[in-house]
Formats: sequence, C-alpha cells, structure tokens
Amino acid sequence: MTSIPLTSPQGAPSDTSSAADGRIGENALRPDGTLKVTGEFAYASDLWMDEMVWGTTVRSPHPHARIVSIDIGPALATPGVYAVLTAEDVPGANAVGLEHEDQPVLAETVVRYKGEPVAIVAADHPEIARQAAKKVVVEYDVLEAVTDARAALDPASVQLRPSGNVVRHLKVRKGEELPTAAVVVSLDFEVGMQDQAFLGPESGLAVPAEDGGVDLYVATQWLHVDQRQVCSALGLPPEKVRLSLSGVGGAFGGREDLSMHVHACLLAMHTNKPVKMVYNREESFYGHVHRHPATMSYEFGAEPDGMLVYGRAEILFDGGAYASSTGAVVGNGGTLGLGPYRFPNVHIDCYGVYTNNPPCGAMRGFGCVQAAFAHEALMDALAERVGVSPAAIRKLNGVREGDVNITGQVIDSAAPCEELVQILLDMPLPAERSGADLLSLPGGVANSTHGEGVVRGVGYALTYKNVGFSEGFDDYSTARVRLQVIGGEAVASVHTAAAEVGQGLITVEQQICRTELGVGRVVVHPKNTQVGSGGSTSASRQTYVTGGAVKAACEAVRARVLAAAAQVCGHTADDLALDGGKVVARSGEVVLDLAELLGDAELFADEGVEETVEWRHRPTEAVDPETGQGNAHVQYAFSAHRAVVDVDVDLGLVKVVALDTAQDVGKAINPDAVLGQIQGGSTQGMGLALMEEIVVKDGHIMNPSFTDYLIPTILDTPPMLIKILEYADPHAPYGVRGVGEPPTISSGPAVAAAIRQATGKALRRVPIRPEHITGT
Amino acid sequence: MTEQTTEAVAEELHDVRLTVNGASYDVRVPARRLLSDALRHDIGLTGTHVGCEHGVCGACTILLDGAPTRSCLLLTVSADGREVTTVEGLTERDGSLGPVQQAFKDCHGLQCGFCTPGFLTTITAGLRDNPDPSEAEARDMIGGNLCRCTGYANIVAAVLRAAELGAEAEPA
Repeated sequence: MTSIPLTSPQGAPSDTSSAADGRIGENALRPDGTLKVTGEFAYASDLWMDEMVWGTTVRSPHPHARIVSIDIGPALATPGVYAVLTAEDVPGANAVGLEHEDQPVLAETVVRYKGEPVAIVAADHPEIARQAAKKVVVEYDVLEAVTDARAALDPASVQLRPSGNVVRHLKVRKGEELPTAAVVVSLDFEVGMQDQAFLGPESGLAVPAEDGGVDLYVATQWLHVDQRQVCSALGLPPEKVRLSLSGVGGAFGGREDLSMHVHACLLAMHTNKPVKMVYNREESFYGHVHRHPATMSYEFGAEPDGMLVYGRAEILFDGGAYASSTGAVVGNGGTLGLGPYRFPNVHIDCYGVYTNNPPCGAMRGFGCVQAAFAHEALMDALAERVGVSPAAIRKLNGVREGDVNITGQVIDSAAPCEELVQILLDMPLPAERSGADLLSLPGGVANSTHGEGVVRGVGYALTYKNVGFSEGFDDYSTARVRLQVIGGEAVASVHTAAAEVGQGLITVEQQICRTELGVGRVVVHPKNTQVGSGGSTSASRQTYVTGGAVKAACEAVRARVLAAAAQVCGHTADDLALDGGKVVARSGEVVLDLAELLGDAELFADEGVEETVEWRHRPTEAVDPETGQGNAHVQYAFSAHRAVVDVDVDLGLVKVVALDTAQDVGKAINPDAVLGQIQGGSTQGMGLALMEEIVVKDGHIMNPSFTDYLIPTILDTPPMLIKILEYADPHAPYGVRGVGEPPTISSGPAVAAAIRQATGKALRRVPIRPEHITGT
Repeated sequence: MTEQTTEAVAEELHDVRLTVNGASYDVRVPARRLLSDALRHDIGLTGTHVGCEHGVCGACTILLDGAPTRSCLLLTVSADGREVTTVEGLTERDGSLGPVQQAFKDCHGLQCGFCTPGFLTTITAGLRDNPDPSEAEARDMIGGNLCRCTGYANIVAAVLRAAELGAEAEPA
C-alpha cells in the first residue's frame, strides 16, 4: 500500500487578505480579485497532486430500468485502472439527499433517470478511466418511464415510489371558498427546464487520510450538508470527513446537491490515493439538478376597476427522479405564487412530483421564477380587460407594508410595490429605432431584416421572493472572528463555512469586520468544516445570515476589547469605540492605540481576542397543511423590471433593447456588488424568457452542450438602467434585504410581456421560440 | 516512450516546443492532446480554464501568435513553434497587473472569475487592434465569450477602462 503524503494539494485554498478600505456601504474591491485576473486563483478543477488518480462515472442510458447485472471484470482488467465500484461498495447508507434521503450514491436495483450514476472508476489517466468506464457491462431490463408530470399525478400512473409520485402537495386557502367577481381572467402557462449553466463544471479532489478518514476539496454551496451526506454514505463520523471549499466557478443553485463528492471519497478510500474528478460539459448537464419545469393554471377575479377579489392557481412542478429541494420549491410556489398582490380570497394547489426526468432542485429564485411568468401574464390580461395600463394594475394591487399576505403573515417591513413601478415609469425609454444600425435589429449579424416587420413592445413585471430558509427551518450561520496584532498592526481574521461562489461574500465579511472593529486589514480564512455551518449559499441569504453572524462575532470581540480598554483608560466601555486602529471615545478623542492595547500581555494572550458566534434570523414556522397559513418567511425582497424589445414578427426573432429595473435591497453593503448581482440575475431571467431550455424528450436530454443550450452573450444583453432602493428591514443586520434572486424573477416576465405587447400573441410558454411568434 | 491506452497499444508521441508567455517548454504528447490540456496538465498553467471543451464558452481562449484562439479546439502539435500567451502572461514583468487585468479588478468585471482569463486574452488582442473602442465596439469585442455571473455590463466597462489605462501607459 502506498503511503499517504501529508502535503496539501496544489490549489488548496488559502487565506485571502486585503488591507484596502471599504466599510459597509462602500465599494470595496474583492480580496480575490487579483488572483482571479492573474490566473492564480485555483478552482476545484485546478487541484493537483502528483500521485493522484482520476475518477469517472458510469451513468444509466435509460430513464427507468431495472439493473439485472453489472460486470465490472473487463473494466477492472484494463491496465491503469485502480478500482471499479458499484452500490455494494458503499459502506454506509446508500441514500443521500437535501430534504429526503431518497437518492442512491450508486444505483442499486433500479435506475430512475438517464444519467444516474451506476458505477465509478479510478485510473491513472482520465482517458483510461473513461475508456474503462465503457467496459462496465450493465444489463438493464427497461421499465416504463413516467416522463409527464401531469401523468405522474394520476393515481393510475406507474408509481415510482412506495409513497406515490407526489413529493409535496401544498394547499393555500384563504377567505371564501367560492368567491365571485365582476371580471374574471384566466390562463394556462408553461415554463421549460432551465439550467444553471455555471461555467466551471463539477470537480473536486478527495484525499485519503491516515486516520481512516478523508479530506475533500470541492466546489459547493453548502459544506456542512455535503459533509452530513458524505458521512452517512461512508459510515464515518464528521471528524473524519473534512471538507474544504475549493474555487467555485459559479453555482446558482446547481451545487446545492451532491455531485462527485461521495464518489471521489469512495474511490480515494478504496485506492488509498488522492482521486480527482472533473465533469465535462455534457456530464455536467446530467450531473446536477435543474430548475423545475412547471405547468400552471391561473384565474384571477377582480372588481370592474381591477381591484383583485380572488386568485386561484394550480401549479405543477416536475421534480424529476429525486426529491432534492422540490419540497421547498413547492413551498415557495404555493406561498408566493400569486405574486406581491393583495388577495382577499385565495385557493392554490401546488404540487411537486416524481417522474423519470432529470432531477430538479435549486436554481436562483426557485418556485417564484416559474410562478412569476403566470401571475404577471395574468395581471397584464386583467389590465387589458379593465382598460388600465400594466403599471396601473400593479400599483393598484401591490402589497404594502402592514398588509397581511396570502398565508396570513403580516408584511412587517417595506413593501414598495407602487414606488418600484413608478420608478420604471419615470425612467427614460430607449431611443426609437433609427434603422441605421442593422446590427441593432433582431437577427443582428445575420442581417435578416432592414427593419421591415420589426415591431417594438414594452412590458412590466413586479415580483417578490422570500429571503433565507422558510417554513420553520433552523436557519443559522457561524462566524469565528479574531482580533490580534500581526506585524505591529491590529488585524481581524474571519472564519466561516459560508461558500463564496462568486457573489462576493468574502468582501462583505471583510467590510463588516472593518466597520465593527475599526481595522483596515482583514484576513478571510478558507471556508471549511473546521468551523460551524454557515448554511447554504442560496435563497439570497448569506449577506443576511452569515453577515449577521460575522457582525455578532465582531460585537462580542469588540465588547471584550473595550472592557479591557476601560480598565486602563478611565473611560467606561460604553463610551468607547474602535475606529482607524484606535480606541476612541464618543467625543472623538483617541484614547489608545488598538495594536498596543492588544499587545498588552496582561490583558490579552498572544493570539488576541477570538469569539465564535452562531447566529439565527428570527424564526419562521411551518404552514398549516390544509390551509397553507402561517408565518412561513423571514423576509421578502421586491423587484420590478421594464423590458423594451424589438421583434421581427416575420422571423420570430427578438432583440431586447432595454431591461431596466428597480429593487429594494434594504441596505447596499457593497453597491458595486449589488449592481453586479442585479445585472447578472436579470440576464439569467431574460435567458429563460428567450432561449434557455433543457429540452427533454421521453426522459432524454436532447441538448447537453453549450452549442445547443444557449445562454445570453453580450450581444443578447441590453443596457440596464438600475435604481436601488434602501429601505432598511428593522429585523435584519444593517437592514439588509437579500439581493441575488429577485432580478432573476422579474426580468423574464417583463421580457415576455414586452414580446406579447409587440406581437399581440398570447405566448403562454417560455422560453418563447421564434415559431411561437410566427405561428409556423 | 509510450503512453498507456485502452488497448495497451503504443501511441505515437510527438515532441513539441511551445513558447508560452515567452518561455520555452518541450513536451512530448500524443497527437490528439488538446492545447488546453497541455497548458493545464503538462505545463501546469491552470489559469487557462476549460468550461465546455467544444469551443463555445471561450474560457480557454489564449493568444496564438497574438490571435485569440480556443485552446480546447487546438491540438498541441499544431502549436509547435508558435507563440502562446495565456492569462499568466498578461501580468507585467515586474509582477504588477496589466491594464486589462487592472481594469477587470477595478470595475468589478468578474464574480466567480472562471470565464475571466478568456475575456482578458480576448480583450488584450482587441485593444491592440483597436486601442480606443467605442462602447459598441467594446461590446462587439467580447461577443464570443460567455459569462454567467455578471450580465457583461461591468466587463464592457472594464474594456473601456483598460483602453484608458493603456493610453495612459503610452508615452505621450
């Protein structure tokens, strides 16, 4: 047996540090910016150990089949192959999952989607591993596949689970059972399956450890829930399964579930060698969950003036083969699925079902993104029916602070629906099409029109989203903050397990430390499981929750420092603050130098002052299973978009001319980073409206490549006017409101509305394809 | 020297001299070795990122004799004797950031950063050919690269800022 080296892999995460200015509210620069522009920043795919071997995955070619037999012999006999493992090699529970542990690490008796992992191979070269994987002989008995979510809901359908095909059915009932209204509008809407399409495919490195455990370096969104699942599958305690966040090439929800985590660990422990796994782009399409496709039926009743009387909706999410976060997606779809409007009477049935389609789970704005297309299309239909503008119908019905929402929860902080819409109305519209620049027309470089058949349209959308985990989840984060003297300077260091996936959390952590501790240099330690959970980097929650934890830890450190300062300077601790590396009195008088104080051996040990704090937002509660009523959410985030499009009605081509937005962020901790979230999030929402869909036919993905799954380029992405509101949420640290998801929710429906306005077509499905516009 | 293959058949290897960021590297590779893999695995320059391996995303873009080129679509043997510039080669000799790098950092032109090296090389060549681009030209310059995080607005700003920095660096 080869010995295990004690060295870390090349590319293992290390401290990031910067001494730049930047307190909260300022445009601090990213501490990893230099590394990322020089090519030195190591992503999970860059990890390297000279003695490592390469893992690869054997996947099911069928959406639904019984495994009759697996012959690993020919694969194992391949020169260069170290291990071929199947379900029987999983030492612990062969069942993982975010909400339900319903997904095998490696399929045992049945495969439930095309692409499901069946076996794993380790070899000394990735090409050898891939070739050997093809020699794993799996005999399948193909079973009838359930690939239609509506059919799955039928009790007469094939039942994929002992508990049936329904993952969750959420009922929301409020007010009268059978309300009537003077004006009734209804529609059916369908949303296709979107992919996160992060640019850095799934990857990681598992290193076997001498204690019989394993160290896993991986790109992920939630280290501790990964750890829980890996421990369960390996049958190891948490202290023997240590996870470190490697460089993450984007996430957007697609890394909240496990991918290669357990597989690499199994191979590493079996071969006693470090094992690297990197998916290619095609495998990535099979290797992570997608946004749930949805079919929705909506009906709104209103007074003659457009004031809403009731809302009815049936929302059906296709969860695919495994539950993942389908329960939470149903929770959002049900509790938020009518949009940010006042409804006296509500009747919603929201379902998430198992099928044999690719598993669906978290993606930016989940549950709300799908529903927003339906409720916003219906608000436009209502406006047209009662003869008011799209903006007016939204201003009339938008919720306000103090309102009780459809689940009976009081909206107890700002709900500036009217203002957001008014801001859009007040923004300048783009110039009329001149016709001079052919590149600016739909079709662009294809030169497919000189302006004939091109029609302009304008559309609006107003949406909201819950921030943080809802429905009673114990949603917390942990921060360890230390203040000490390094090189004669007072330096803060911060350690959390909250994943930095590009959004800029590490910058926010530094800004909070600078603000609370009055220092310049802040060291951000690598994210790993050597500190308590930071919770998931999802649900727009990290600036709120991990930000809250860092703030609380800083406050605890500061209290100790100021208490010590009070002992030596004669001021009371209450009269003291930390600023500019000094202890200062409220009067502004500099009382002590912070570095000198911290260096006082009688007051502090060498390692300075350290505090670890576990911080929670205010609790939420589960909703009533029969009525959906309850205080389900901790916070709401509101946004609105106005899209302007030019549509070539002859060819069905769309050019988005402008995509303007207004959003309440509570407090912009880093305004530049907030703008970046809004620009990127708006672009993803536009992508779903226009081009992004994983096309699934009979359970098979038809377009698992960037050639065929299109995401917006700069040429598809218009300039954006962005207005940020900062109405502090009194319940949140610094008043922050989650930022990342709202723009992805309101941008797509605005684009769809603009195309409807331009063409006069109903367009009840996204992405809107050229043939939907031309009718051919 | 042979390298193992599936059938354990000796695969012919080729001696290739690559000039990468001004330094010479002699590698011995099978004819089908992609330049992206040779850069990342044989030479150890992992700044060149592989996002799709079919030439769409542009994360692996390098400069081949100065021209932006997808290194995932190029065989190492076809780069024999040619000048390759990767993101690592955009840093100044004194270790300071080049103008495009500096502009990306200052303009918040990146989030996850995975696509960034491909943008940096592409823009470096673009500004060489057009040192003072209009905003429309800046947008056109990056039309072949995908970014999933930023929505491109700050990348366009970074192109324009890099042009300013480049102009400032030029002797008057």
